Parts: sequence; structure tokens; C-alpha cells
Amino acid sequence: MVETSDIRVVRCGGSKVNLTPPIISSDSRFVLCTSGDLVKVYSTRTEEWLHSLQGHTNQVTGITLNPANHLQVYSCSVDGTVKLWDFIDGILIKVQLVFSDCANLEVSKNKLCFQLVSVHLPKSAEQEVEAKEMSAVSSHISKNPSCTAFGRGGEYIAFARHLQLNVYFFRKQKTYSFSLKATDKKGAKNAFTCIACHPTDDCIATGHEDGKIRLWRNFIHKKEYTYSTQHWHHNAVNTLCFTPEGTHLLSGGIESVLVQWQYGADNRKEFLPRLGGSILHISASSDGQLFCTSHSDNKITVIESSFKVCGVIQGLVKDAVLTDLMIDPRSKALVLNGKPGHLQFYSLLRDKHLYNLDIVQQEYIYEAGLDQFEVVKAAFDIKGSWLATVEERGKKSSDLEFFLKLWAFDERTQSFVLNTTITAAHTDRIISMCFSSSEETTMLVTAAEDSQFKAWCQGADADTQQDQNFWSCDFVGSYHKLNPTNCSFSADSSLLAVSFQEVITIWSPDTWEMLTTLCQPPGVIRDLCFGRLSCSKYLLGTTTKNLLCCWNLLTCELEWSTSVDVSKLQPDPFSENVAAFSYQSKHTDLFVFKPSEPRPLFTNKNVCSEKVHRAVFVPREEPLNSCDESTQWLNRSQLYFLTQNMDLLTFSTATEEDRMLSSSKQLVIDDSVAVTPFYLLLGKHRQQQQKLNTQSHPLLHTPAHVLPAASVLCSMFVNSFLISNTGVQQDPLRYFVHIWLT
Amino acid sequence: MGEFKVHRVRFFDYMPSGIRALAFNRDIERIAVARMDGSVEVFHCSDRFFQEKIIPGREQCGIEGLSWVGERLFSAGLNGGITEYDLTNQKVKYTVDAYGGPIWTIAGNQQGTHLAVGCEDGTVKLFEVNEDKIQFERNLDRQKSRIISLSWHPSGSKIAAGMMDMIQIFNVETGHSVHRLLADRGVGTSRSKECVVWSVVYLSDGTIISGDSVGMVKLWDDQTGTLIKSHNVTKCDVLALSVSQNEDSLVAGTSEGTVVQFQFISMVLGKDDKEWVRTRTFKNHTHDIRAVAEITTAVVSGGMDAQLVVRPLLDKVEVRSAASALRKIHFPHRRLVSCARKSGLMLFQYPGHLELWRLGESEGKGEDDIHLFVKRNPEKLLHLKVKGEDHIRCSAVSPCGEWIVYSTASSLRLYRLHCDNNNVSITKVLQISTELSANQLCFSSDSSHLFSASTQSSVHLVSLSQSGCKFVGTLKPKSGERTIGIRESSKIIPASEDGKWLASANSDHEVHIYNLQTRKAHCTVPVYSSAVTAMGIHPTTNCLFMMYADQQMCEYSIEQKQYTDWSRMVQRKGLHRFWMERDTPCLNVMFNPQHPSHVILHDTYMLCIIDQSLPLPDDKTQFYNQLTLKSLPEEQRKSHSHAFKVCKTFKDILCVELMSDQSLVVVERPLEDVASQLPAPIKQKKFAT
Repeated sequence: MVETSDIRVVRCGGSKVNLTPPIISSDSRFVLCTSGDLVKVYSTRTEEWLHSLQGHTNQVTGITLNPANHLQVYSCSVDGTVKLWDFIDGILIKVQLVFSDCANLEVSKNKLCFQLVSVHLPKSAEQEVEAKEMSAVSSHISKNPSCTAFGRGGEYIAFARHLQLNVYFFRKQKTYSFSLKATDKKGAKNAFTCIACHPTDDCIATGHEDGKIRLWRNFIHKKEYTYSTQHWHHNAVNTLCFTPEGTHLLSGGIESVLVQWQYGADNRKEFLPRLGGSILHISASSDGQLFCTSHSDNKITVIESSFKVCGVIQGLVKDAVLTDLMIDPRSKALVLNGKPGHLQFYSLLRDKHLYNLDIVQQEYIYEAGLDQFEVVKAAFDIKGSWLATVEERGKKSSDLEFFLKLWAFDERTQSFVLNTTITAAHTDRIISMCFSSSEETTMLVTAAEDSQFKAWCQGADADTQQDQNFWSCDFVGSYHKLNPTNCSFSADSSLLAVSFQEVITIWSPDTWEMLTTLCQPPGVIRDLCFGRLSCSKYLLGTTTKNLLCCWNLLTCELEWSTSVDVSKLQPDPFSENVAAFSYQSKHTDLFVFKPSEPRPLFTNKNVCSEKVHRAVFVPREEPLNSCDESTQWLNRSQLYFLTQNMDLLTFSTATEEDRMLSSSKQLVIDDSVAVTPFYLLLGKHRQQQQKLNTQSHPLLHTPAHVLPAASVLCSMFVNSFLISNTGVQQDPLRYFVHIWLT
Repeated sequence: MGEFKVHRVRFFDYMPSGIRALAFNRDIERIAVARMDGSVEVFHCSDRFFQEKIIPGREQCGIEGLSWVGERLFSAGLNGGITEYDLTNQKVKYTVDAYGGPIWTIAGNQQGTHLAVGCEDGTVKLFEVNEDKIQFERNLDRQKSRIISLSWHPSGSKIAAGMMDMIQIFNVETGHSVHRLLADRGVGTSRSKECVVWSVVYLSDGTIISGDSVGMVKLWDDQTGTLIKSHNVTKCDVLALSVSQNEDSLVAGTSEGTVVQFQFISMVLGKDDKEWVRTRTFKNHTHDIRAVAEITTAVVSGGMDAQLVVRPLLDKVEVRSAASALRKIHFPHRRLVSCARKSGLMLFQYPGHLELWRLGESEGKGEDDIHLFVKRNPEKLLHLKVKGEDHIRCSAVSPCGEWIVYSTASSLRLYRLHCDNNNVSITKVLQISTELSANQLCFSSDSSHLFSASTQSSVHLVSLSQSGCKFVGTLKPKSGERTIGIRESSKIIPASEDGKWLASANSDHEVHIYNLQTRKAHCTVPVYSSAVTAMGIHPTTNCLFMMYADQQMCEYSIEQKQYTDWSRMVQRKGLHRFWMERDTPCLNVMFNPQHPSHVILHDTYMLCIIDQSLPLPDDKTQFYNQLTLKSLPEEQRKSHSHAFKVCKTFKDILCVELMSDQSLVVVERPLEDVASQLPAPIKQKKFAT
């Protein structure tokens, strides 16, 4: 399928860290979470990403600490394996192959329904073992892993599905089930949403769709079981967690409030509000000192037991991306919708969230069904000193409300500061927006559904004699009362192309004179872009009638056109290349071509199975110098794209991956200090110094008369300067062999 | 089916009185209920909570506590007296003054030897229960503040007393205080308010459980006198506590109207160390819950909103059935309205007065087909206040509308009504004291005789005439095999239309039939396990139709002294599931002279006409088939119809009567109207308001 073997699509940074509950290591120093096919290890104190456990070939679906060794962690993945890792060193210790796909450590997925099986992990010295002993506990369980929990000391397992709670006792091999009515007179929705078991008492806490929490007891009786009900959450309880001592119960839901219930005195509860997105998982460290909550906005919050937030690990937020993918020209960070009402700046290189820029500047209320302001459009100018944003609300209702905001980059605070807010930029929704790309004057063009496009300039308003220059409207253009669909500046900003339905108009921004119209193809123009560098005489456009057209602006004629359903056309600002994603019969193909050449540079069939609407070229820090023709287009920049499932994917070459792998091997292991990049720089250096000092010390500071003969000391002294043999052990590979032999 | 003109009467402003105390007797399965107006009712727990006995109250007689000692029932109130009730004759037996000021609580020990009362003056007084009276024994150590609640240790050696801000434990033998447990006051502004220990429960393992005005349920250890655990149940008061017999379940009633259950559960399954854990919360009341009783299979609660709620504990119920369903008892299980069938008058019985109303008249058709134009509004003719302090026990108006009779615990009064045009006047005809005080009153259909059901299953006959009235005689059941033992007093007496027969039922479930011409007992209907709730004698066939508390029905031919064929068929085929699942008893049996095969019944929620000529429904047939029948063509209706025609148009029915002009009087008392007249409940924050 893939034509070129050395370029492959990889799931890159910014995977979901909130898919499974994070784990806090028993010494509270590390937080482990799943992220795509990796398990990432973060430091709880610095929130820094330390390293990742790499080895699964598909989505990791569950992690849990090895109860026998608190320095090891089990992980399971859709690839059908359960792996045991040393998470401090990042070393794979053991692989268990389980015949079907694992969806959770206790949960395995069968073709249609989810089955709960208990897997007996055989004790074996071999690295790869196949677990054969398996017993099905239940053939019908909820696919939500938080609906399954182990009870006191692993004596039983509780799992719920819809309206039924089941408790399976391993020793007796007996299942007790209890069901609730779907609704009662008050219309309560009783479906189970999550389960937690008390660590020492036989008490099962269950969360329900209507926000109730029930505490079940006496569940070895068919009839005399009993439960008490608590109600605080106004919406479904997403997660429940008992603290390790069992004194408190933590719960969270869409309200993004962490609630701590006192076990036994249920009326007493504490709240930690405003945590961000809705809470998806809660986990507690084994000493009960730290809690971790993972949120729907791809965030892990580390909370002290005194209910103080002490760390936030923010992943890339991809919940509702309405803006295009953009690159901040200054920080080279990826910019897109973040938290509701914010733009997020995300460093793809370090896979780290940089900061959020509050655009809407209004409190967001976490409740379903509210119509709140959302950032729908954003654009940077070429230097990154201006940012334009459009926020709107009222998409469903008829009364649309939107603001156009312009933000200036403040050198002093190193962030964007609001410069101008335009309340009624257009009378209808803004469709497209772009900055002129010239260095001298910045100009913003907005095209809206009120069949107008407007050009905005800074400081044109003479009335305001102030230091600051505000933006105001410079020109209003329209064409035959048609609704514009797209606008684009040429690379040197000498031309502006605005498409009105099926017609492309070319304007000169200097004189605001319409130069020409291009009206060739059938179908409404969907995407429009100018060629760059040597191809700047070309204008590319795609239509809804599945045509990709290329006009020559010198001749004003159609140079070529081809029938392909392009869902996204993305020019590379650093080369002539243009990437086109085309969606055909349930898979997306990528074509990279130069407008001047009819033959594509690179084609990749079946990039992914969903439609691609957002893509961006990200400049590389240091260019690759690959000579291979098919990989040349990746030399200066890298193409990232977002699928409809909100997976951020990119293309990487084989050489790149090799380099990555070699760099990761440089990680040297020390179990006393968290391995941060800073430590790698400094700590190792310091350690060597220390070693030298301690060995020379006794010789120099002991009185001569108590020292042994110099001949005895000599060999010791010389030996101490030799590089120690034990250094070899620090090689992760050797260390690795050592472990599995014992 | 026929058409009826229906007078829907909603101007009977009956207000049930709030429930103040509950006492459950496990041995005889009866629960006694004391209301705010001083009346005491006895419900039969295993007979669908049928209200067997009502002892009307008196003015200025507030009952604060109820206690069973064996099968004897005692109450104590703020008037400072302890009262024993004569349950067979449904009246007060005697009252003993405790000389300690108002009494707040009464508790009998499990051995049945002593009663303890807590008084305003701070004393706990012990009374010895003798064969026929109670005798003051002694005071326990006097305390500074009033005694609010009391509980005996099951062994009878200790008493826990709840007071203001503390609980005292007394040794019964020495009479001295053993421990003083201090209850914390609330925080904040309520700091200055005293903490009232509203209720205490002493368990056999030495645990004392208290409910107080701070909203806490606290568990104490009586050996060390220390607090073991406290549960914050509510922001308001915990007013009542009750523990099950095997001490594994405790219920607490709060002033928010919730009942909170605690269970004694082992925290680790299979192990013995048990703890009291708060489990379920029931919210069936709108107002303060003043009394709760945990009767193992259910939780019974009552309070200011005057309804008795029976919430089943399904985990303790063996078989789920209609008998173990949630039950709310709003109205008394007997009639408070009597109608003069021939003259269109209605007599409403309030605790302290009677009201006589004349029904309105209607004419032609109104705006739509259903409603009729009202020509004359109903008018109130009479407001008759009761002489003396006793409340009315029963009342009746004669079918001709000329006689009104009512009875209190102490006397029976008969009045003659003179109605000329707009002038209404009454003259007292008869006043009989104690001897003839009636449990139920009834006139013969030609208004020539008054029947008064009295003690020992006897019925007194009074003949009425223009000149005056005369006591004629007493009907007594055949003295035979059952001469020994006290007979329960009769309560339901219908007389046949032709004046030949009279039937009376008593709380022993016996039904006696008398021949009025010979004034002799005729026969006795075989005794059934459930109580009779309504009876009627058919005007043409002279069959006695009986409704029982468990929703069974029987038809007994008086002349042949045996059950009729129809009745046997009903017993053989069984009644429909939906009929058996109704939770209120039938209160009246009527016959339609135009359709001899029709029997008209009603309970609180429905009106039913049984057509004895149609086949009985079995469990597969659609029971409520009125709508289906309407949609069917005429010829198919016959094959789909069955004997039960249930009408649910009317709600909260107090009385239905068929007048002689073929119109129906339906007296309704909508529960919303009752609720609107209650005092405002405790204000509670409701989410999203």
C-alpha cells in the first residue's frame, strides 16, 4: 500500500493522555500515563516528561503497578500483549501474549462484545511467554474500564453494565448480581457509570448517570444487600476512587469539581472546583499523599491530599478543533483551539504544551447544552507579531454573535495582548480570514457570508491620536452580491485572490482594483492557494465538483486541472510543494506536488481512513539532507495533519527514526534522581567529580605514619584512576540481560 | 351499564390530624397511632393495615407517647395523665395523674411489669402495671431539666433518658444515675440553642442511640459513657428513632420528612465485627416525621402531614405481593359522611361538630355534554357543635332527612330536624349517656328505627315516630359456644330495605345476622381471616354482600344461610390481580334497584360496578377495559366485557352514595387541598432553584 517504504505515517505527539487512569508510583515521584502506543513517565514535582516506555505496536489501553514489585508496571495494549516494564529505567522485562486483544488489564475485547477474563500470568524466566490459562469471568461487560474494579485484596471483582452490578468472587467462583430499575418515578437515570471498591471494607461505590453515588454493602446476600445513596453531582459521575486508607472517596464528573466524601460520614465533603475539563479519571498514590485527575481536555492534574493543585501535565487539546492548524512564526509552536475559549500553543518538538491564550475572556461553564463563545478562526501574520481571532456563539440559534479580535505580540511580556475588538465586523459569519504576507504593511482580509470581504489596516483611523494604533476597516469589496468562500494573498502580497462561489477574483491590495476574474470550473471553490517561490505565478484551487485546478496568473489561463476530490490543500511556505489530501471511498490519499510539474513528488495511498480537513507544514529545526526524491519534500518541513478522529499524524522518514532511537539510548539510569534533561547535563558530570574526590581523599589527608607501605597503596591508587568495569552495566542493554536471567 | 347523574362534592373540608406517636406490638401485629387531636387508632399490620379501631380524642388532650404493655395500650400526654384504653369497647378505660407536670414520653419495659414516664419536672416515674390498674412505684433521681425521651434496656435493669443537652443512664434498681452523656450543641448560631435529645434507643449490647435537634444520630457506649460514632443525618432535627426487634436495623425520622435507615453490617463479609452504617433514605413525607416504627418487614412513619406511610423493606419480605407494597393511608377506613338518600341531605362528621348540607340541583345539559347546568347551589343547613369535650365517634342522618344522631364516647344524642322553607331548626329528642354510646349508627330505610351498634356485639333498637322515640330492645348474638370472653363491639350495620334483616360485623371478624321481626339472632356468617370493611344487604334477593380488607368479596344468602353460587364461583376462580393489588379497602356497598345484578363499590381511588351477570375476568383478560370497549363495535363489546367496571375518574374519595333518584353523590377530598392547609414545611434548598 505504501509506495515508499521509508516514509511512514506515525502517530506523533499530542496523543491522549487521558484515555486511562494515570498511575502514581509508590514513592510519589512519577506519574505514568498511556499516550498512544507509549507509556509516558512524568515527574510529579516538575511536571516534566522524563521518558516513555516504548514497545507496544498499538494503542495502550491499560496500565497497573505490579503488586509484587512496586518498581514495575504492567501495560496492555490492543496489540494483544501484556508487558511488564521497569518504569524507572524504561526497560521491558517481560511480554505476555494474550490471544485476544486486551482492552484493559482485566478486560479483553472480543469481536463484538467485551468479555471479562481473568488471565493467569505464568511464572517464567523467559521474556516472551504466552498466557494460556484463562477463565472467562463474564461475557458481557461494559466497554468502559472504569466500570470494573478489584475488591478488597483482590478477593472479588466488581463490574457493572447498564443497570446491573455483578460481583465475582474468585475463590468461590460465584457471581452475585444486583440490578436497578431503569428509571423511577422521579425520572432518575440509574445506569452505572463507574465503580470503586473500598480497600479494606467490603463496600462497593458505584457512580450513576444521574449523578448519584451508591455505596453497596452486604453483597453476598441475594436479598439482604443494601446500599446508601449520595447525590451531589448534577450529571453523570465519571469516576470514583477510594484513597488507599479507605477514609475518603473521591468522585468527579463533568462539573470538573473534585469531590472528596468522608467514608462513613457521607454528609461531610470537600470540593476542589474549576479544574478545567470534565474529570475522567482519578487515581491516588499508594501513600495517599497525591491524587491525580485526568480531564477531558487532555490534562493530568496532580493534587496534594490537602486539596491543593501542585502540578498540571497538559497534553495537546483536540476536543473541538474549529480553527485551522497554525504555526506561531515566533515560537514555531502549533496553535489551535485549546481549552474552551482559548488558543493553545503546543511545542511539537518537545511534545509539550506551552501555554493557553485566553481569547474569549469569559468564564466557561461546564454544562451540557449551553451555547458559549468559541474561537472559530485564527490567523497569524508572517512575522508572528499579529494574531487575528474570530469567536462566535449562537450557531444553532438564529441570533449569531461574533467578535473579530486582533492581538499584538508584546515583546516585553512575550505574549499576545489584545489590541482591537471589532464587534460587528460583518453582518454575517466570517468564512475566511488571512493576513497579507508582505513584511512592511500588515493587512487583514476577512470574507463573510454577507457577500462582502473587508480589508483591515492598522492606524488608518486618524481620529484617535494615541500611541497605540488600532485596526480599522480599509476597504469593502464585493462581487455581484455573491457570497465569498475563500481568500488568499499571494506570497509577495501583491495579489489578493477572493473566490465568490464559482468565480475567483484577483485584486491588487495597493489600489483595491479588481484585476481579473477566473471563472473556469463547475462547482463552488472550496480551497484556494498561491504557489510559492518559483511557482508563485500559479494559483491553485479546488472545487466542490472534485476538481483541482491550477491557473497561470501571467496568462490568466488554466494551466492544468485534474479530477480529484481534495478535502484539504496545504502549501508548504518553505518550498514550492503543495500537499493535497483527497478522500475517496473510506480512505484518504496524500499527494505532494509542485504546481509547475504535473507529476506528483510523492503519493501515499491510504494515509488514514478518515477525512482530513486540517493540516500544516511545520518547519524543521535543522533541515534533513535527504537526497532521495520521495523524501526530499520532508527536508525542510514536516507535514502534520489532524483526522476526523482527532488523531494528530505526521510523516517521518527512516533516517529520522534511527536518529531518535539513538538519542533515546543516551539516557543513563540513576535511581535516586529523576532523569531530566537538566540532570543528564549536570548530574553525570558532578557524579564523576565526586568519585574522583572520594578516592584521593584518604591518601592525602591520612597521616603518613598510619598508612600502609607505598607499594601496597600504589596499585590501589592507580586502579582508582582506571575507568571502572561496572560502567558497562550502565548500558541499558546489558543491564537488561542481567535482569531476566535472575 | 347505565347512566348516573353525579354530584361531585368537594366542600367537605375534612382535615386529618397529624400523627404524634406510633407503637408497634409484635405479638398481636397491631400498630397504634396517636394523632394530634388526641385520637388513637389501631391498625392490623398483617391484614393490609386495616384500621380496626378508632378511639376518638377529646379537646385539650395532646398525646405525647404511646406504649403497649402486653396487649394493653397506654398513652401519656401533656395534660400530665397516663391513660389506659379499653380496646374492645374502643374507649378510654381510665386516666391516672402522674403528678409530674406534662409528660413527654412513656415507655414500657419488655417484661411488661413497669411503665416509665418522663415528666416536665425532671423526674422519671416508674409505674407498676397491675392486673387492672397501674400503680405509682417510685421516682428515679430527679434531674434539672425535662425528660424528653426514654428507653429501657431490654433486660429492664437500666433506663436511658434523653434530656436537654444530655442523656442520663439510670440504674432502675437503685434509681441513681449511672452515666451522663453530653450531647453537643450545633455549631455557629445554633450554639446558643439547647440540644434536645428527641429520641433514644437502648440496645441489648449496651449501645445507646440518640437522635437530637442538631440533626445527629449518635451512638454511645453505656459502659464507658463515650461517644462511639455520630452520623450527621440532617440539617434539622432528628425527631424519632426505632430499632428492629433483632437490632440490625434502625430508622430515624427527621423534620425534613425523610426516614434514614441504618443497618448493623459486618464491614468485611463473613466476619463478625459489625458496625452501624447509614444505608437507605426514604422520602415519603413533606413535613416533620414525628414517629417511626421499624416492624422488620416495613418502616411505618407518620408526621405532621397526617399520612401514615408503610414503606416495605423488600429484603425482609418473603414474597413480594400486594400486601407488601408501599402504602400511604390518608383517610380513616370508615365513613365520615352519611347521606339522606330520599331527601338529598348530607351529614359531614368533623371531630368537634357536624355539618348538614343540602345537595344542589341541576337542570338540562350544560355547555358540553358532560357538565350539567347548576340551578341551585348546595347550601349548608346546619352546624351542630358537640356538647362536652369528647369528639364525635359516629353520626348518621336518616334516609328521610328528619333525624340526626351522633355519639361521643360518653353519650348519644338524637335530634329531630324541622325544615320549612328556609327555616331550619332542630329539637333534641333523646340523650342517652354512657350505656348506649354507639360505635356505629344506622337508620332503617323507612326511617322508623335507629340501630346503634354497641358493646359486646349487641345492637340497640330505637323506634322513631312523630311523637317521639322509644327504646325498643337489644339484639344480641346467639349465646352459645362463645359466651366466654369479651366480644368485640360491632361496627358495621346495614339493614335490609324491607326492614326484615340486620347484619352487624365486629372487629373479631364475626358477622351476625338478626331478624328484625322476631328480634332474634338469625345466623352467623362463617368467620373469615380478614376484617369486613363494608357490607350491604341486597334489596330484592336479601343476600348479604361483604367486602374484606384483603380485597376478597363474599355474597351470603340470608334466607338459605349459605354462600351464594356467585360467591362460590368468585372464590373458585379467584379475583383479578389488579383488583387484589389495590391498597385501600372498600368503604361502601350499594345496590342499584334498576339493575338488580349490579353491585356498586368504592374505595379511596376508584368506583366500581360489579355486574354479577357477566363472566369474571381471569388474569389474562384486560382488567381496565373501559377504553377498549368504547373503541370496539357494539356487537363485539359483549364478548369482551367482564363483571368489573372500574371508574377512576374520581380521586381521593371519602364517600359514594346512590341516592333514591338514581344520582350518585361522590364526596372527594383532594389531597392537594389537604396539603395546602398544612403548615409550611421546613424550607429546603432545592438544586437548580
